[in-house]
Amino acid sequence: MSGGDIAAIFQGAIVTMALSFTGILIGLPIGLGLALIRWANVPFLAAIVTIYVSMLRATPLVTLLLLLFFALPNIGVPIDPVSAAILGLVMNTSAFNCEVWRSALMNFPRDQYEAAQSVGMRAGQRFRRIVLPQIILVSLPGLVNEMSLLIKVTPVLAVVGVVDITRAAVRIGAETYEPLPPFLVAVALYVPIVFALVSLQRWIERRQMAAEAVA
Amino acid sequence: MIHDFGIVWSERALLLAGLANTAILSALSAVAALLLGFGLAPALMSKQPAVSWTTRGFVDGMRCVPFLLFAYIVYYGFPTFGVRLDNWTTGLAALTIYNAAYMAEILRGAWVAQPREPIEAGIAFGFSEIRLFRRIILPPLLLSAGPVIGNQMIQIIKDSAFLTIIALPELTHAASSIQSRHYVPFAAFITAVFLYWGLCLVIEAGVSSIGRVADARR
Repeated sequence: MSGGDIAAIFQGAIVTMALSFTGILIGLPIGLGLALIRWANVPFLAAIVTIYVSMLRATPLVTLLLLLFFALPNIGVPIDPVSAAILGLVMNTSAFNCEVWRSALMNFPRDQYEAAQSVGMRAGQRFRRIVLPQIILVSLPGLVNEMSLLIKVTPVLAVVGVVDITRAAVRIGAETYEPLPPFLVAVALYVPIVFALVSLQRWIERRQMAAEAVA
Repeated sequence: MIHDFGIVWSERALLLAGLANTAILSALSAVAALLLGFGLAPALMSKQPAVSWTTRGFVDGMRCVPFLLFAYIVYYGFPTFGVRLDNWTTGLAALTIYNAAYMAEILRGAWVAQPREPIEAGIAFGFSEIRLFRRIILPPLLLSAGPVIGNQMIQIIKDSAFLTIIALPELTHAASSIQSRHYVPFAAFITAVFLYWGLCLVIEAGVSSIGRVADARR
């Protein structure tokens, strides 16, 4: 394995990071939107969201990606590997985020909501000023946990032909007839990223527990 | 579209074999990972730093490595150490070793949260270590860890789909081969998605019945 090969894996790492980041950024608000639909019990839509979340949480990302990548062009929607990857990541992570947001919404103290109502705040104001800032704090550990899970499934993107860490490692392994070293480099790139997120989650949880102990 | 599903139906033997492989593979590795987890959890809590640090290193390491890369490393790494296994056994080994780390962490968490009193009462009654574990520690531990273990089993089913990359004939692999043979991508993969969903719903139903048992005992 030459220096150029390692550089190729690093380039793949940039693609992996960019796609994960895009997926997280789009998936967060969509997850919140889905959670709000279920929380507000919007007729018909809430039932669809419930089914969507249950199904997406049970679907392996590989299967979802293959479905998107092969079936969409078949029904006349052309899609390239990168768009399929982002779409797959967003669909997957928004379903999990929805559950995190929803549990925070369900546990939101009713009296605060009613207090905001009684001082005459409109629904949008109540949500933006009272509910949102608090549920973000409560959901944070769960959302960070979901981010680390999302990054751990990104090697799958290579299956539809995105040139990410894994694709680069597979190619180098095939060229050099030594598949093990490039995969070890790939793992060495993933471990610190996931470890940083896991540590961040633990740190947030500890801080929140300490804050609760004081209060 | 109906025609496409007709083609998938005509290949149902392949799809069902894939489903069976996914179910058997997941069930075997879930049981094996749980048993290994029971071995690792006490090691995580060991008072000897050498034991607890090594186990902690393994568990945290596994939790930071993507399963797909781990599967590749096991697949290519085993032969380098002179271990030659077929794809099925390699996949089973990879799933088991990987998830044993998660199970160990789940069991440790549940173990630490158990109340001390019944265990101390058991010791005072002169229970031997094995009986103490089997009669006093294990039942409430399994009941309280049940839902999280259920979640991990769903994770195992989803991880098993990654094994399609080492050509293990599981459900996603079966759907892929139907799609490449007949070019019916939507019908083939959506059927696979529904079958995965069904498997997960079965596990969720199992978990909620365990939850009912746990509530009844409380």
